[in-house]
Amino acid sequence: MAPEAKSGIVDRLRNIDRRIIFIFVAASVVIPLMFPLGLPLKSSPPSRALFQEIESLQRGSVVLMAFDYDPATEVELGPMSLAILKHCFRKGHKVVGLALWPQGAGLARATFSEAGSDYNVKYGVDYVNLGFKAGGLVVIDSLGKSFHESFPKDVDGTPLEDLPLMKNINTYADIDFVMSMSAGDPGLPFWIMMAQGRYGKKVGGGCTAVSAPMLYPYYPNQLVGLLGGMKGAAEYELLVGEKGAATKGMDAQSIAHALIVLFVIIGNIFYFVGKRRAKRGGGVI
Amino acid sequence: MSLELFGTWLAALLTLCIFSFLYKDNPFYKFAEHLFVGVSAGYWLCYNYWNMVKPNLIDNLEAHNWEYLLPLILSAFMLMRLIPKVGWLSRWAIAFMIGSGAGLMIITYLQSNFLEQIKSTLVSLDPTGLPWYVVLNSFLIFVGVVSGLVYFFFSKAHTGVTGGVARVGVVFLMVCFGASFGYTVMARISLLIGRMYFLLHDWLGLV
Repeated sequence: MAPEAKSGIVDRLRNIDRRIIFIFVAASVVIPLMFPLGLPLKSSPPSRALFQEIESLQRGSVVLMAFDYDPATEVELGPMSLAILKHCFRKGHKVVGLALWPQGAGLARATFSEAGSDYNVKYGVDYVNLGFKAGGLVVIDSLGKSFHESFPKDVDGTPLEDLPLMKNINTYADIDFVMSMSAGDPGLPFWIMMAQGRYGKKVGGGCTAVSAPMLYPYYPNQLVGLLGGMKGAAEYELLVGEKGAATKGMDAQSIAHALIVLFVIIGNIFYFVGKRRAKRGGGVI
Repeated sequence: MSLELFGTWLAALLTLCIFSFLYKDNPFYKFAEHLFVGVSAGYWLCYNYWNMVKPNLIDNLEAHNWEYLLPLILSAFMLMRLIPKVGWLSRWAIAFMIGSGAGLMIITYLQSNFLEQIKSTLVSLDPTGLPWYVVLNSFLIFVGVVSGLVYFFFSKAHTGVTGGVARVGVVFLMVCFGASFGYTVMARISLLIGRMYFLLHDWLGLV
């Protein structure tokens, strides 16, 4: 091939229309969703540790679960919340839900409803949804003094005294395990600071993939276990044995990642080829 | 058409309007963007009033808890920024927020993010009775922490041994940035998967 022709291909690929890359990325997501490949998936130690913690709690233990996310991150945190709730209900644990994000209360209601439909659980007895409370760190701290003062009523306006589950729960001393499904601030870091740091409770949870690198350093000393992004959710679904939305998305995730890695490699090859040509005086980078 | 079906179609069409920006800026994208901004502003205004202002302030004042006049006054001070002559009053409210926030945060933040994190890096390098990968992990943590700290030590020129250790620190930092980038890509692809699954499953019923 003539050098001019080679140069043409290199230049064209280096200046490729970004919309072509968008089409490839879209295809890498859509095709695996429509035609699942069933790529293998393994659970990681932080996911297994969270699973083991819930697994090892005695029947009837009380788990506090904070739905600290909104619809924007539902795709990552929704499936893991659902899988964890199913696990808790299967093991006979009681779950107290609350939200430090306004829209978390509504998402908690939907998740409780979906998880509870498969198990013989009753609202007020096996689980409660305390709803949203503004204040972030201050709310977490106030729970250490009194749940009943921080949340006098549940999400539907029912006084906590009228809910059998809440009659014997008033401080962190009555909680066996604390979890936060965290999309950012306020979220898991605040629960680590207050519930774990100040009140000495075991804390675990899940987070978006973006915040996972920031939270992994807390594992295992300050965080019992952590689910990072959709992969963490799929790992938990695998451990619980309930294939859900996250598992369905993992093929697409893997293919899209492979494609992006390929683009990064190709981009670098053409970058270095272009650089070498420029050094030889054959072109401009 | 049921309300749920209408909602699904509306969400699907608005999703496509937003995706159309990937081709190029266009009126459909602009419409969806402006609609989102307007609806969000209205939604959050109502939500904040009914979930924050009313339960935390109005209800307490109605119950004659007069100490809640203080946050009311401080809130009014914040709005004084709109009147340049008395705008300085807003600093009182800001000072209160910063002071109380710092007081609440400093000790717990130091405990959780400084002391406990230091404790987590104090790992044993004694290989006796430990699997090789645990020893390797501890060694990497030790080298990464020390070299990373040396990189951010600016009281000595980064030459000789200091420079060499600092360069190792840079390698660890690059690995850290790479991991962050990888997780960010994963998060963004997850969001795309969520939208695509909605279109294919909820809207078109193809999967």
